[in-house]
Amino acid sequence: MINKKVDSIEEALKGVSDHMTFMLGGFGLCGIPENAIAELARKGVKNLTCISNNAGVDDFGLGLLLQNKQIKKMISSYVGENDEFERQMLSGELEVELTPQGTLAEKCRSAQAGFPAFYTPAGYGTEVADGKETRVFNGKMHVLEMAYKADFAFVKAWKGDEAGNLIFKGTARNFNPLMCGAATITVAEVEELVPLGVLDPNQIHTPGIFVQRIFQGEKFEKRIEQITVRQRS
Amino acid sequence: MLDKNGIAKRIAKEVKNGYYVNLGIGIPTLVANFVRDDIEVEFQSENGVLGMGPFPFEGEEDADIINAGKQTITTMPGASFFDSATSFSMIRGKHVHLTILGAMEVSENGDIANWKIPGKMVKGMGGAMDLVASAENIIVAMMHTNKRGESKLLKRCSLPLTGVGCVTKVVTNLAVFEIKNNQFYLLERAPGVSVAEIKNATEGTLVVEGEIPEMNL
Repeated sequence: MINKKVDSIEEALKGVSDHMTFMLGGFGLCGIPENAIAELARKGVKNLTCISNNAGVDDFGLGLLLQNKQIKKMISSYVGENDEFERQMLSGELEVELTPQGTLAEKCRSAQAGFPAFYTPAGYGTEVADGKETRVFNGKMHVLEMAYKADFAFVKAWKGDEAGNLIFKGTARNFNPLMCGAATITVAEVEELVPLGVLDPNQIHTPGIFVQRIFQGEKFEKRIEQITVRQRS
Repeated sequence: MLDKNGIAKRIAKEVKNGYYVNLGIGIPTLVANFVRDDIEVEFQSENGVLGMGPFPFEGEEDADIINAGKQTITTMPGASFFDSATSFSMIRGKHVHLTILGAMEVSENGDIANWKIPGKMVKGMGGAMDLVASAENIIVAMMHTNKRGESKLLKRCSLPLTGVGCVTKVVTNLAVFEIKNNQFYLLERAPGVSVAEIKNATEGTLVVEGEIPEMNL
């Protein structure tokens, strides 16, 4: 077994510096690498490019890095629900690249899988396709999209082991498995780091080969953006 | 004239037995409340769940189980979770039978705009561009006019597009339309709404053929 475990958050984020590009898992606040984000805020690294489906809310998730003005550029599919983000974007302080959600997912997966680029019909005829190569397949127009390149991927899983194997829970899976191995270094934080042999190999979602560092997060707030319930009848 | 629930109720009639359905945020989410319970349907949410159920009971919310609107949900027996690439494989690969989404504008050639108002509002397209580019069966749920009373069914969209030539059906608070041959074909009127009122509220080319029935809700 190649041991991926690191003993501290400092060790997990070793090598992180200004001007880097990061991938961060999560959809909304669901399945985000809370511990890595808190440490990035504490370290104060700046001029970052962040690839993440969303940008958090004002006081949680990537919103924390936005408040500190640590982010130079955001690459996301949806950025509502964040006033500070909107303010920085409309004032021109923050560079924003909006990408269709399925394309964003595939640009991560392509980086993981070694594909330099792919064609997708999404965004054809819209400003997303501006300046990009297009081509007809089966009578339908497609847009050429490039795989991402990133220095670090920060992901969050439910359970993991020292070999770096990961299991996700519910819809907290989202972009996390696609970002593993899609950056130079993948750092996984897990709710529970279990001893080797505990995880059933049949049930592993992400094999440890895609993960360079793993640690058990100190705390997971797991904030809910929209609590919706029904009445008991 | 219909309210938002009325639009959802009418669209629910388009949901057929055996369909996998993706519901967008807003009015489309309400459609699930009106689908007949004697048919088998599975709802897909593009953040990574198939077999979505109703909202949880109070105290049973799980931060790890949400829909694309970031609302807490439950799952039905037979449900599955998956990553975002798999989710969009279902969509791009045309495995989802019906897509219902909202719009700010729709044009007579089937273009749709729903993600950006330049200089004012930019929330992003989320999964909408992937959905409209690939789905073959798209229903747009929308109010017929904006707050200023201006038509949202246009000759050409004025806002940045989400997709081109992709919308085939529109259900508004006033009527049901099919889009073909670069025209809005009026299919049904909402209860109490006249053809003249619909004509007045529609900027795009409207085709009215024969007697137009009132919706049967």
